Amino acid sequence: MRFPFEQRALRQAVLAFGLALPLGLVPGEAPARGDTQPVPFRVVEDAIPEPLTNQPGDAERGRAVALDRSRGNCITCHEMPVQADFQGNLGPPLDGLAQRYTVGELRLRVVDSKRINPESNMPSFYRIEGLYNVRRDWVGRTMLTAQEVEDLLAYLMTLR
Amino acid sequence: MKIGMVLAGLAAASLTAVVAFAQGERPPNRPIPDPQSGRHFATPDTLAIQDDDFLNPAFLWVEEGEQAWNRVEGTAGQSCASCHNDATESMRGVRARMPAYHPRLQRVVTLEQQVNICRTERMGAPPLPIDSRPLNAITTYIALQSRGMPVNVDISGPARRFFDEGERFYNTRRGQLDMRCATCHEENYGRYLRADLLSQGMSNGFPTYRLKEQRVISLQFRLMGCVQDVRGEPPAMGSEAFTNLEFYLAWRAQGLPVESPSVRR
Ligand code: HEC
Ligand code: HEC
Repeated sequence: MRFPFEQRALRQAVLAFGLALPLGLVPGEAPARGDTQPVPFRVVEDAIPEPLTNQPGDAERGRAVALDRSRGNCITCHEMPVQADFQGNLGPPLDGLAQRYTVGELRLRVVDSKRINPESNMPSFYRIEGLYNVRRDWVGRTMLTAQEVEDLLAYLMTLR
Repeated sequence: MKIGMVLAGLAAASLTAVVAFAQGERPPNRPIPDPQSGRHFATPDTLAIQDDDFLNPAFLWVEEGEQAWNRVEGTAGQSCASCHNDATESMRGVRARMPAYHPRLQRVVTLEQQVNICRTERMGAPPLPIDSRPLNAITTYIALQSRGMPVNVDISGPARRFFDEGERFYNTRRGQLDMRCATCHEENYGRYLRADLLSQGMSNGFPTYRLKEQRVISLQFRLMGCVQDVRGEPPAMGSEAFTNLEFYLAWRAQGLPVESPSVRR
């Protein structure tokens, strides 16, 4: 097979302009975060009624956690009532959450939704036990810190 | 007493054989009986590049592969062509039936690995690193010779156990996100992960030109990406784990036309 030069050049152009948006679920070089010693919590029915920390959650910071690809990254799987291109729909939309759930119910869903449904595809954001083949830089760490969970919940409770 | 033990042993052995046979014969359950190629999930502009061989950048790799086919390398003074002559004839159908069970090695080998077996055993040449440019060039050239032919891998007999391993990998939840391949490619195809439209994760388009990487990638490079996306620790490319997974994926895509070299975001 022989291609004339112009066609080669055309293909080289495709090569140069074909840059797609790098939108993996998580960036490769994310610095490891999370808690290495998860704080204990108590599950009551399908909720975690008490906050994980003493410091009240901050909705503004929580919104940032939800959008940050290396932290919550909720928007990759959920539509959210924010201005952002490319919202995912692997999970249900998050608008109106605060009307459907109490903060304690949402806490359990963020911390470990597998306790509600073992076949859930919603990641457990505050769990380190019972996982398999975790990437080296995340072994033994929760996806979010306890304070990030509380900040996130403060934000989710603004979604009415 | 002794005879009794031998008899019992024989009975147990034949029972195991019967059970093994029965298991081997059990047709595997196909979660997606009518698979759809990744091209159904690709954007029109990506397809426009794929469908025009003069625009498809993977044809640079095809050209390089064709040159390598005829190039003498290694201590035996041979090229691929020395044994296989004209690739457009001898390689027709090869991509469609690989990975395949290798009777002498008693395991399944991918097309990449077969090329390296030929290099080391027949040509006296060093193996090419998996997913390296020269190896991707040769496999893309070889794959092109099967374009349009239905994927048709043989999972029967001794191959079955490797297939089963691959199936197990596919369905095991892994990584910090605790997801399995089927989470995205069976339960959620047609939905979006951010900007990515999830396909059924079919392998019939590989090697593929990936716009994001700006190069031809091998299937196992893509698989590393999927494992990393769930914050899992991927096995090495070329490892037994990924080879068996690739074998399982080929069977999932059974019947789909070979579309290498495809183009993907
Ligand atoms: C990898 C995909 C994924 C990510 C990332 C993700 N979720 Fe989910 N989420 C799901 C899926 C799937 C469900 C559906 C329920 C299930 O599977 O248990 C769900 C369900 C939920 C629910 C219950 C909604 C309802 O209406 O019942 C809440 C609340 C939720 N997610 C919040 C979040 C928040 C907050 C984040 C980020 C910190 C997040 N999710 C990140 C996949 C995801
Ligand atoms: C968190 C979601 C997710 C998981 C889990 C996942 N993948 Fe993927 N996979 C993707 C995305 C996104 C793409 C690119 C878009 C597409 O083709 O679906 C992709 C692409 C692919 C492709 C290329 C398809 C094509 O036509 O080019 C294959 C093959 C594949 N995945 C196999 C796997 C295997 C095998 C596993 C398990 C080891 C796996 N995936 C796990 C998200 C995932």
